[in-house]
Amino acid sequence: MTTSGDKTITIALMDPPYESGTTTTALRIVDAALRKGINVNVFAYEGAVNMTMKGQAAHPNPVKGTSIEEQDHPSSSRFIAGLFELAGDGPKLDWVNCGLCVDERGAGDWIEGPRRGGPGDLFKMSQESTNTLIIGTR
Amino acid sequence: MADYLLVESRDPFEYADTSYFYQMAEDLCKAGNNVTFFLVQNGVLMARKGISNDAVARLRSAAPAVKILADDFSLRERAISADKLADGVTSAGVDALVDLLAEPGVKAVWH
Amino acid sequence: MAGILSVVERAYHGTIEEQDDTILWVSHMLKNAGADLSILLRSNAVNYAVRGQDASGLNIGGVDLSVPPRIDDDVIALTNTGAPVYVVAEDLADRGISAGDLCDGVQTVARADLAKLFDEHDAIWHW
Repeated sequence: MTTSGDKTITIALMDPPYESGTTTTALRIVDAALRKGINVNVFAYEGAVNMTMKGQAAHPNPVKGTSIEEQDHPSSSRFIAGLFELAGDGPKLDWVNCGLCVDERGAGDWIEGPRRGGPGDLFKMSQESTNTLIIGTR
Repeated sequence: MADYLLVESRDPFEYADTSYFYQMAEDLCKAGNNVTFFLVQNGVLMARKGISNDAVARLRSAAPAVKILADDFSLRERAISADKLADGVTSAGVDALVDLLAEPGVKAVWH
Repeated sequence: MAGILSVVERAYHGTIEEQDDTILWVSHMLKNAGADLSILLRSNAVNYAVRGQDASGLNIGGVDLSVPPRIDDDVIALTNTGAPVYVVAEDLADRGISAGDLCDGVQTVARADLAKLFDEHDAIWHW
């Protein structure tokens, strides 16, 4: 994948997975940006650090009577692993989980790709980005 | 003069303070800025024809230069088809949002 | 007197990731467990009763959402269990939704009649 010049978008997220429409929108934005060759930084803050937890598991749906395989439940960590794969050697995806947020949630066992950091990383990433989008929680 | 991308993910039915963000779009536009108002998630509930307390229509009337876009996936997810889309609102994909975000100098704000 | 009135008002929060609405889902599970249950869709959740919701086609990072939520079908499935599903008429009107947009089997109720509906149930589970 080619990169789109030196363009970089930084996104800060706060919502935990499975609670908000924002998670899906944010991942759609990251996906679209990477496909355009734009570098993406993500700063996962507070509940958003749970998005990358490795232990997320698919489940069947007893209401519909579907099995795990039929339900094909995509976890947020599976989507994010796909985003790292999509980035590959092309545009850079730098995903920083706020370390203190991770510690208080016991959310340290995450998929390959993200790194531990702090608010200073968000500031540094924003300084090096074309634009920064702060997505708070409600 | 600056370029603004205001992303409205909320609706006034669930959040009482969305009027603040619509007003911000109007005020920024009237101050001479280029403003794109991008509705996403439940924000697109305001893009359906025939709603009461029509904030989109008020914004269009007060600041016609504001470009109002609505995320196509969010519209489809809520069964707001093209024939039900309010006048002045244009359906747009997430690509359009990313293009604006990738534009140097654009001030992007999510609400 | 009917049993439980399950009130759903928050809508489209995490529905893509969950592949459904969690309160419609748990209501269906409760019904399957034998509960005497009615469902009231109010506020933004009235949109759940609109036909034609389509969340298909998402692909993030090469991962397909192969089973997207089909919330209108989930509402119909609830009515098919025999659980009454009510939607608030004024909440529909506020959102520009007409009766013709709704799934078969749902019943509209006026805001003025909500107290009566509450009173007709033993318990109100307001999620």
